[in-house]
Amino acid sequence: MSIAAAITPPPQAAKRRLMSGNEAVARAVWEAGVRVAAAYPGTPATEMLEYVATYPDIYTEWSVNEKVSLEVAFGATMAGSRSFCAMKHVGMNVASDALMTMTLTGVKAGLVIAIADDVGLSSSQNEQDSRYWGRFAHVPLLEPADSQEAHDFTLAAFEISERFEVPVIIRLTTRICHVKGLVSIGERNERAATGFTKDVNRWVMVPSGASRRLPLMFERERRLRAEAENSALNVIEPGSDRRVGFITSGPAYMHVRESFPDAPVCKLGFTFPLPFDLLRRFAGKCEQLLVVEEVEPLIETELKAQGIIVSGKDILPLIGELSPQVLKPAVARLLGEPVSAQAKAVPMQLFPRPPTMCVACPHLGVYYTLSQLRNVTISGDIGCYTLGFGQPWNALDVCISMGASMGMALGLDKGRSDVEKDQKIVAVIGDSTFLHMGMQGLLDIVYNRGNVTVLLLDNRAIGMTGGQDNPGSGRDIHGKEAPRVDFATLVKALGVRAERVHVVDAYQLPVLLRTLRAETKIPEPSVIITNQPCVLIKDYHALRPYRVIEDRCTGCGNCVDVGCPAIHVTRRDRVRKASGREVDLAFVRIESAACTGCGLCLQPCAPDAIVHVDALATPIKVIRKDAELARTPQDV
Amino acid sequence: MSETGRFNTTNILVVGTGGQGVMTATEILAEAAIALGHDVKKTEVAGMAQRGGVVSSHLRFGAKVLSPQITPGTADVLLGFEAAETMRWRHMLRPEGLVLMNTGRLVPPIVELGLYDYPDDPVTAMRAAGTQVFSFDASRIAQELGDIRLGNTVMLGAISDHLPFPAEVLEGCILKRFAHKKAALVELNQRAFAAGRAAAEAAAKAEADAGCHQLP
Ligand code: SF4
Ligand code: SF4
Repeated sequence: MSIAAAITPPPQAAKRRLMSGNEAVARAVWEAGVRVAAAYPGTPATEMLEYVATYPDIYTEWSVNEKVSLEVAFGATMAGSRSFCAMKHVGMNVASDALMTMTLTGVKAGLVIAIADDVGLSSSQNEQDSRYWGRFAHVPLLEPADSQEAHDFTLAAFEISERFEVPVIIRLTTRICHVKGLVSIGERNERAATGFTKDVNRWVMVPSGASRRLPLMFERERRLRAEAENSALNVIEPGSDRRVGFITSGPAYMHVRESFPDAPVCKLGFTFPLPFDLLRRFAGKCEQLLVVEEVEPLIETELKAQGIIVSGKDILPLIGELSPQVLKPAVARLLGEPVSAQAKAVPMQLFPRPPTMCVACPHLGVYYTLSQLRNVTISGDIGCYTLGFGQPWNALDVCISMGASMGMALGLDKGRSDVEKDQKIVAVIGDSTFLHMGMQGLLDIVYNRGNVTVLLLDNRAIGMTGGQDNPGSGRDIHGKEAPRVDFATLVKALGVRAERVHVVDAYQLPVLLRTLRAETKIPEPSVIITNQPCVLIKDYHALRPYRVIEDRCTGCGNCVDVGCPAIHVTRRDRVRKASGREVDLAFVRIESAACTGCGLCLQPCAPDAIVHVDALATPIKVIRKDAELARTPQDV
Repeated sequence: MSETGRFNTTNILVVGTGGQGVMTATEILAEAAIALGHDVKKTEVAGMAQRGGVVSSHLRFGAKVLSPQITPGTADVLLGFEAAETMRWRHMLRPEGLVLMNTGRLVPPIVELGLYDYPDDPVTAMRAAGTQVFSFDASRIAQELGDIRLGNTVMLGAISDHLPFPAEVLEGCILKRFAHKKAALVELNQRAFAAGRAAAEAAAKAEADAGCHQLP
């Protein structure tokens, strides 16, 4: 076969593209004629808005948090424009306040909310099942199973949303967002904004108005259930082996179909409200039923409440992703068949490879400095700085959710025991996280006279999700210049006294240490802002790299403790000092190709063994080596 | 290639660490499969790959692909971009499956800190466990060609003779990516691809000579 013949796609594939679920949703958003789209980035949802932003004729924005993004989308639908909003599962916790009232007002033009659940916890602080929000808010919920369905269900969601005047949730999981499959696509169906119509009874939710809307909400739910009964999104696939009929939704369907090609399957795409009549008909055709859903037993519980006898989480795991590997033995047990003892290859024993901070990350020095302090409790937050809890820094004691470092720090301060009265409380937060939910917490610390030192690590980006912009970065979602918030002014406006606000260079370790020591001694709120950019964004400029002079390296290993991935140990040794004490030595080399010349690692290097690589025209960085402070671990 | 249920699929697992081009390589393999009219699914397990974490990229193609994930014990080929990472995923391979492995190492900070050991000899360890391994230093080959980033193309060259379609299809897909760029870049990738092919072939021969395994 010639190359040309091989790489020319067959004609019927002309409109098919390999797309991730996120890409497919974005495409459908564009095709649906959406005019406004907003989100706050979060894995695995981030790319949805990034893709939407590449299409013309849609206003797109990174909002400061998910609640604001939903409010923006809601405003647009009131103005008669179709709108879209995307978030990860924990984002809906933030947005839910707006959602719970939107369900009463309803929407005008279509509003679709895509929620991406991190089933299997690839990068989240919890594994929550967002399908609960459908039931909780009484809004319809659709569950696609792959990229094609992510596309098609998004289009269907806009239709349902408009027809029933209700926001519609599309629930995705990591296995849809980040899986690529072939998708048949269409063109944009342009829709003009129909304009805002004043109607205080509908758009102003004071108690009297809201209580009038409640019956309408339940009436709508009744009509939605009828819709689900007849929806093409719920399909019964007959099968010849009727011993077990499967009821399934989302990507779990793929595992069921692959594992049991001959079984009857009821594949639910429209899963709230549930089509009970359809399910009863299906139940009548199978000897027994198994509900296969990720992750919680929502469908199972509702079916049981209807008196339909099913198995589910009694034999399937409540945690994590499903797969043929999990399903097959479970079903064998259900049927009383011998579970085939698969010759399972065992994974080989190996070191773990946890995520680390990037080479030259400005947070390295901050965590290195924090790790040198004694008597300090560190309240951490979501983002790259969460990595500070790991090796070698071990410099993060608590972390639960966006912006929570502030409130937790205040609580640690107010709730401390007598034994801990000299403990210093430090809260660490990033720029975007501070704008997302941290500001209110800091205001609370100031207002309630907390004794907390806040480290605001401003790296001008949302680093963890890939360097997206925010009001602190000076750019918008398209990379165009945007007004940039001044964090020093902002924290002063929140009430932190001007003398207690410091802006320091994250790479100047002695200054950082001195400032931290001083501020943690003062019993009032202080904010230390670091101001070096994330290495992933274009504001970051690499400088001349460093190397290690072998003969000078004493093997103290101080530089290794900085945690930069460009530093490698070449040789280890154990020596007995004159005092009789045994010390471990680690001699190092710097991978100059990776090193960006940030200058962090040479600061704790006593014998000046780390020097620039020679004779390059690259600019160099002048590092103030304030020896005493930088070298020795100090108590605060 | 293996049979999973009634669906005849080819399962390729590409592994390495963040930033090595694992995902791009899988993407190109997927393009080649699409060009030949297959149904294709591709998924990554890359929680925080960008921060030096583990990356494993699953590619499945055939007449119709359902689940995007390769079930452990069913991968036809394991394409390993890093020595220890290849070891980490060995259990994904079907018993007669083939490992194509870059012996280049990326030692993580956790090992530098002395908390864990990097395996002494991943190739021998895997062979001892009964796996057929074709190994070569793709990182060095790439570096010798002038750019470590060519490692990606070297690895694709290595797998190209172990796919259910001609190597030229895959090469065509790689070169298409560079078509609008400098001619020198196209040529460089062509050389990297050829070097990868040769490396895998030499590794296969060495393996056969040593009498450990039969060629597939
Ligand atoms: S992405 Fe940016 S903030 Fe995150 S570890 Fe890398 S350099 Fe640091
Ligand atoms: S100077 Fe040191 S800390 Fe900075 S990038 Fe180079 S090796 Fe890493």
